[in-house]
Amino acid sequence: MGDEDRPLLNIKELKKSFGDNLVLDGISFSLDTGQNKVIIGPSGTGKSTVLNCVNRLVVPDGGEIWLEDTEIVSCDNINEVRQEIGYVFQGFGLFHHLTALKNVMLGLTRVKKVPKKEAKEKAIAKLERVGLLDVLESYPAQLSGGQKQRVAIARALAMEPKLMLFDEPTSALDPELIGEVLNVMRKLAEEGMTMLVVTHEMGFARAVSDEIIFMEKGRIVEKSSPEKMFEQPENPRTREFLFKLDELYGKGGE
Amino acid sequence: MILLSARIELIRRSLPALLGGTVITIQLTVLILLFGVFFGLLFAFGQVYGNKPIRWFVNGYEKVFRSIPELVLLLLVFYGPPSLGIRISPFNAAVLGLGLRATAYMSQIFRGTFKSVGSDQITAAYSLGMGKYKTFLFVILPQAFRVFIPPFANEYAIILKDTSLAYALGVAELLRQGQYIIAVAYDPLSIFLAIAAIYFVLTFGVTRLLKILENKLKIPGIGVEIG
Ligand SMILES: Nc1ncnc2c1ncn2[C@@H]1O[C@H](COP(=O)(O)OP(=O)(O)OP(=O)(O)O)[C@@H](O)[C@H]1O
Ligand SMILES: [Mg+2]
Repeated sequence: MGDEDRPLLNIKELKKSFGDNLVLDGISFSLDTGQNKVIIGPSGTGKSTVLNCVNRLVVPDGGEIWLEDTEIVSCDNINEVRQEIGYVFQGFGLFHHLTALKNVMLGLTRVKKVPKKEAKEKAIAKLERVGLLDVLESYPAQLSGGQKQRVAIARALAMEPKLMLFDEPTSALDPELIGEVLNVMRKLAEEGMTMLVVTHEMGFARAVSDEIIFMEKGRIVEKSSPEKMFEQPENPRTREFLFKLDELYGKGGE
Repeated sequence: MILLSARIELIRRSLPALLGGTVITIQLTVLILLFGVFFGLLFAFGQVYGNKPIRWFVNGYEKVFRSIPELVLLLLVFYGPPSLGIRISPFNAAVLGLGLRATAYMSQIFRGTFKSVGSDQITAAYSLGMGKYKTFLFVILPQAFRVFIPPFANEYAIILKDTSLAYALGVAELLRQGQYIIAVAYDPLSIFLAIAAIYFVLTFGVTRLLKILENKLKIPGIGVEIG
């Protein structure tokens, strides 16, 4: 394949303001197929906005976002592009009126028009992959936070996305439930899924990511391998932020 | 004093006429509900998905028609048009007058039920590649329908009772039928009690059925309120 040398996701000079609040001030980075990158940075820095621009839930003011050879900002088939991009976020977004199984099936039957029987088999396979075979018929309100988030991951995976976006997937969870979600994500990464993750879980970032991107005030301050980022960050701001994270969430990596 | 047996006999003899009035009352109620649901849904869509002028219009409409007493609305709709050369039957005037009011309330109810589905679910639906239309159909509507039932039952009871105001326009609904009987058989107590009982059965019976439907549709793990 001649496409091997171009990145799966390529973000160029992304800009976004809300009113006169400049939130993204020229963000550029790329992900190769199978890569895993983690974005970190203080609250209100624009991390979520970057992810939301990638699936165009937020429309950028400037810049380009390429998913292989589709330019997302200007494309006119956004609903097709979104099927290629899994999105998992803090609030889960499970459909309350549907069982775990039906949550995972909905995108398949209604968007991808997969026949019901096939959709069911596929949904069960994805739920098995996130360790939830025992709650197929449970409704979201009957699940724990960790289970909900794993259903959300299975639902996104069912669409066979090329890229998975995670926006603080464990931030709404009780501490004892975080591990089960991170384990699923880790397994996904090991299996070669391309992932862009916003998280404060430095242990995960250190173990799984190929690169850590430190953002502040709508700009990328520093990006480097986790080893370098944690051992000898170049920018004093990065050092300060990581120090604060350590205080808040404990030292990463253990 | 009228003997109890005489009262019962009177009610028995009046029943066909009262049931005739009841049919008109039910017709009015159903038509007003349909009117309100149809235009209320339309207006709620306008309010949620429409542009600014549409939202303004719906807002204004709701304010106006929720502020006018039902009887004034009825009289206005019935006696107003003839002075402009338009004739309208008492029955149609009742449907229109009370339907305009029902629209204002239904529109509010629908809007509330759409909004009861949290933005996280809508975000999730979009991220799966569902457009606005599919999101509404497969995510919002099934949940909104469940939350819709209790306020709908409430609105039904209000409309049913309000149809008695059509009396003032001369519509031969339940209350007016009763009046006709009272005029000849002078026993207001018995007849009004019979009328009250019929209204009670219609209100209680239907709200009871809706309650059963609501319980049937309840999503396991939560009450009817949806976050
Ligand atoms: N839809 C919106 N309308 C207006 N302002 C917004 C909107 N979304 C985000 N913002 C603003 O943009 C800025 C960046 O928000 P964003 O959610 O991207 O930050 P973040 O880095 O993800 O923060 P956090 O760590 O708290 O999640 C914030 O100042 C926020 O208030
Ligand atoms: Mg965020």
